[in-house]
Amino acid sequence: MNVMDTRATSAMLYLDGVHVSFDGFHAINNLSLTLEPGEMRAIIGPNGAGKTTMMDIITGKTKPDEGTVLFDGTVDLTRLDETRIAELGIGRKFQKPTVFESQTVQDNLLLALNVDHSVRGTLFWRGSKAESERIDKVLETIRLTDARNRLAGSLSHGQKQWLEIGMLLAQDPKVLLVDEPVAGMTDVETHLTAELLKQINKNHTIMVVEHDMTFVRELGVKVTCLHEGSVLAEGSIDQVSANERVVEVYLGR
Amino acid sequence: MFGFCFGRAHALFLSILLLSCFALPALAGPFEDSVAKFANDEFSDTEAAVGEVASSGNPQAFPIISSLKDGRLSADPDSKKVFITQADGKIVDAASGAAVDKLPDNAAAVRLNNRLRRSVEAALGGLTLLSPDPARRLAAAQSVFKSHEENLLPTVDSALAKESVKSIKQAFTEARAAIILFKSDASESDKLDAISVVKARGDQEALALLTSLGGDAPPLVAKAATSAVAAIQSNLAMWSMVQNAWYGLSLGSVLLLAAIGLAITFGVMGVINMAHGEMVMLGAYTTFVVQEVIRTRYPALFDYSLLIAVPLAFLVAGAIGVLIERSIIRFLYGRPLETLLATWGLSLVLQQAVRTAFGPTNREVGNPSWMSGAFELGQITITYNRLWILCFTLAVFAILLAMLRYTALGLEMRAVTQNRRMAASMGIATSRVDALTFGLGSGIAGIAGVALSQIDNVSPNLGQSYIIDSFMVVVFGGVGNLWGTLVGAFTLGIANKFLEPVAGAVLGKIAILVLIILFIQKRPRGLFALKGRAVEA
Amino acid sequence: MTPHILTRSLDRAATSFILIVAGVGVLIPLSNLLMPQGSIFQVPTYLVALWGKYLCYAILALSIDLIWGYCGILSLGHGAFFALGGYAMGMYLMRQIGSRGVYGNPVLPDFMVFLNWDKLPWYWYGFDKFAFAALMVLLVPGLLAFCFGWLAFRSRVTGVYLSIITQAMTYALLLGFFRNDFGFGGNNGLTDFKDILGFNVQADGTRCALFFLSCLALMIAFLICRAVVTSKLGKVLIAVRDAESRTRFLGYRVESYKLFVFTLSACMAGVAGALYVPQVGIINPSEFAPGNSIEAVIWVAVGGRGTLVGAALGAVVVNYAKTFFTSGPLAPYWLFMLGALFILVTLLLPKGIVGTFNAWWEPWRTGRSTGLAADEESAAREDGIGAANAAE
Repeated sequence: MNVMDTRATSAMLYLDGVHVSFDGFHAINNLSLTLEPGEMRAIIGPNGAGKTTMMDIITGKTKPDEGTVLFDGTVDLTRLDETRIAELGIGRKFQKPTVFESQTVQDNLLLALNVDHSVRGTLFWRGSKAESERIDKVLETIRLTDARNRLAGSLSHGQKQWLEIGMLLAQDPKVLLVDEPVAGMTDVETHLTAELLKQINKNHTIMVVEHDMTFVRELGVKVTCLHEGSVLAEGSIDQVSANERVVEVYLGR
Repeated sequence: MFGFCFGRAHALFLSILLLSCFALPALAGPFEDSVAKFANDEFSDTEAAVGEVASSGNPQAFPIISSLKDGRLSADPDSKKVFITQADGKIVDAASGAAVDKLPDNAAAVRLNNRLRRSVEAALGGLTLLSPDPARRLAAAQSVFKSHEENLLPTVDSALAKESVKSIKQAFTEARAAIILFKSDASESDKLDAISVVKARGDQEALALLTSLGGDAPPLVAKAATSAVAAIQSNLAMWSMVQNAWYGLSLGSVLLLAAIGLAITFGVMGVINMAHGEMVMLGAYTTFVVQEVIRTRYPALFDYSLLIAVPLAFLVAGAIGVLIERSIIRFLYGRPLETLLATWGLSLVLQQAVRTAFGPTNREVGNPSWMSGAFELGQITITYNRLWILCFTLAVFAILLAMLRYTALGLEMRAVTQNRRMAASMGIATSRVDALTFGLGSGIAGIAGVALSQIDNVSPNLGQSYIIDSFMVVVFGGVGNLWGTLVGAFTLGIANKFLEPVAGAVLGKIAILVLIILFIQKRPRGLFALKGRAVEA
Repeated sequence: MTPHILTRSLDRAATSFILIVAGVGVLIPLSNLLMPQGSIFQVPTYLVALWGKYLCYAILALSIDLIWGYCGILSLGHGAFFALGGYAMGMYLMRQIGSRGVYGNPVLPDFMVFLNWDKLPWYWYGFDKFAFAALMVLLVPGLLAFCFGWLAFRSRVTGVYLSIITQAMTYALLLGFFRNDFGFGGNNGLTDFKDILGFNVQADGTRCALFFLSCLALMIAFLICRAVVTSKLGKVLIAVRDAESRTRFLGYRVESYKLFVFTLSACMAGVAGALYVPQVGIINPSEFAPGNSIEAVIWVAVGGRGTLVGAALGAVVVNYAKTFFTSGPLAPYWLFMLGALFILVTLLLPKGIVGTFNAWWEPWRTGRSTGLAADEESAAREDGIGAANAAE
């Protein structure tokens, strides 16, 4: 594992001194965090610790009041909007599974493919063998090949979570931000999801937010615990769960 | 031949005067001779007679000329006798005032033409200076101020000497100053004094008077007049600002009243109620019904009609609001666009129902005595109904604010606004809160209707004219914030009234709409927007 | 490039719709012109004009459905684009009157003479040429929609906020066009048209030609809408409708998509208005009334939002009902019915006539034809990848 290398140039994601407040409430307070290329990082922390807000900042949904957010060491994300950031290669899975419910599973993936996203391009789009092969492959990975023609809205909760991860795969971003991927999943599904993420991690950088400590342990990656908008502890799962403060504010005794 | 200029009253009067000057030497005789001229049935003689009678100082002058104006003056061409038919039908001899049994058979009404009518008006203006009725004296003084008729100077002087009412005395002083200003043989110092009197008056008419003075005045007077004009103009500009601000506040209060209920339903529940305007309309019709009942049964209570109508309108509109929420809107939560359509349909139904019940035309809603009339504040006129509505609006706003802050329902409403799911899990019956909130919003629209019935036509379309404006206020002020609605309403009201004189009423309104559309681009969630993650939910 | 868009657009329902409209467009004019007067097979001219009006409304409904049904943009101001297209056509028709007006001025329309204007305002130049007017029919609504949409979508005004400002837009235009000094005939609008392209607007032949053109325009508008919604762009629009921010996070520039359909839709509404004006013989500011725009939305809701056939059908059905009821003894109750229609459709029939029918019919049909036929059906419905692969 890449130990504490804070050089801005080498980090995939670099957050430094970020502040955000909503009407006086400090959602993010002097947050600094780096994510190395190829790394998978698990983010834990109590509700209101700023996990989702941090993802909002990275993906351009929320603009920070101050601080630096760099992608790939050079791109200032605070100046860009969601679309531009997604185009750069940052994909996001939402806390609440968000798929296009009135469209088929296959169309959901088709929409996610990182091909020409311009109005002209989509209007005159006619598909290609390469595209359908990629979709087939993703369907296989997320185990939804049989459900390809079903409406996404008719999928089970766990299947929707996977479809959303599948959409991330189709999007093929450099960085995946995954918010609570196993919420509402059975133990088996949780295990499969962990496997899936590890497999994806082979060629993608990933940041996972999750409350399920079994799942986090299973991922076996470096963990960051957020509290009140800043980093409380960072390290391996054992180190973090041994930390007094973490136990006090989050894990409980 | 006398250089008539029909457009200008004083020139006309001057010519009448000239006429009488020519006539006087030939017919220098008693008052009766002048009166007898009315019997000649010639417009020129009648004109001469008007001039002579008016300047005679005879007590019969006023009755004669006023009856001439009303077509009650008749003359017998044979005997040259002239008679007045009084308003009560009695006949008197015009010259002497003695009662007469009946009109001679061949007596005919003295005819008037338009030119004569103007001389009659002017003559009456002078004569009413001495009228026993203070309101008429004041009006006469104002009219003399405008006409600044030189030959009325003695009358004005005597009227001034006799006058005891302060404001009328002031008016006479100003009238006198106006005459002196235009009197060719007045001394320069008198004219300068006159200018300062006119300048102190400082209104549009004073300005008109001074600007019509023209360039042939002596240089010192002309200079004083110019500086007075400038002073009056800046004074007037200041007052017109005040006037616009007042109109703006007044419009703002109406907008606030119409929008405040909407701010509650939209802000708290996220429900777009397109039938909101119809709730206002129902409130106005409640006022109408209350007044009808009072008129027919208890006329003495008329002055209290609004006090009775306010709670009733609140109950009527509020009850209908709760009914609407329970029967339609609750099935559409989370589907704002559908809510919009359904409530629009509802507004059509309500309008048509009222049209069927009360007819499509405007209904008469009266102002109680304490709401009619106006008072002057400096150069502007403030009507009592507008003033009361402003106070009423602020009171409603304050009560609502207090209610939200200090009552259990208010607390629950705020809780539901901030986090519906959390509120529900805390044991708040959100559906009850929704129904009551909607009822409250509708009820406030109802009392807005009571107020609006005082200044607008009560017709089935009343609500429609306010709905777009109220939405603009809410959107501009920011959803979910009553203070935003307050600021939004007054800002829009004042901006509208300041744009109106520049751009005209319609263009001003269009400009406001365009500005709001542009404003929403900059701040899509209004002036006072909620921030944070909750917004998206 | 075009053929695959066409084949993709024309599924069975779409083809039937096109054929029906084409049939109506040919048969009704023929019956009016060829059948003897008074025959039961002869469609009277007033009916041709009336149904021509419905067809224009159907195009307007399509344009609304394209943005509301597929992209979730509820415009309560589409009547404005319709009316602007109508005014552009009305200006052409006004200038065709020439010296036959009451005042006989060869250049100035009557209302300008009446207002003592001595020359034509600059924005009336060019409207004596049909080609220019036709261009303006597309350009004026399109440009307004583009500017308005650019401002609104860029700053992410969505949902009811957008609905309200579109309503304010048409309201502002309503106030403006009521004014005499705007130069569009004020309160009375533009009327007393004489001829169009040299043909008398009152003549049976012209009426029939206009009717045919309306059918043609409806077909073209329908095809354009089909092409848009069956393309990948259509899928993006639905994605925007269902989860706008998700679409953004996938890297789609949502505002560009919205702007594209909004502008396209406004142009279609403009064409509808332009065809409407010569058939009803008048255009006045009341077309800008916010109520009109909302009424057009309810046609779409009745027919079935998100189904193009439904939108067109809804426009015809509701307007037929309107004509039927407002001309009979039930006239005072029409507004009750219209109001109730708004409420009932949103509460009880959210998918509209066609949507509900589809939801009802599809399972039954697929249930009946299991096995072999099912593949065919599903292949036809999956106009996305499947069809595209099959084409290769």
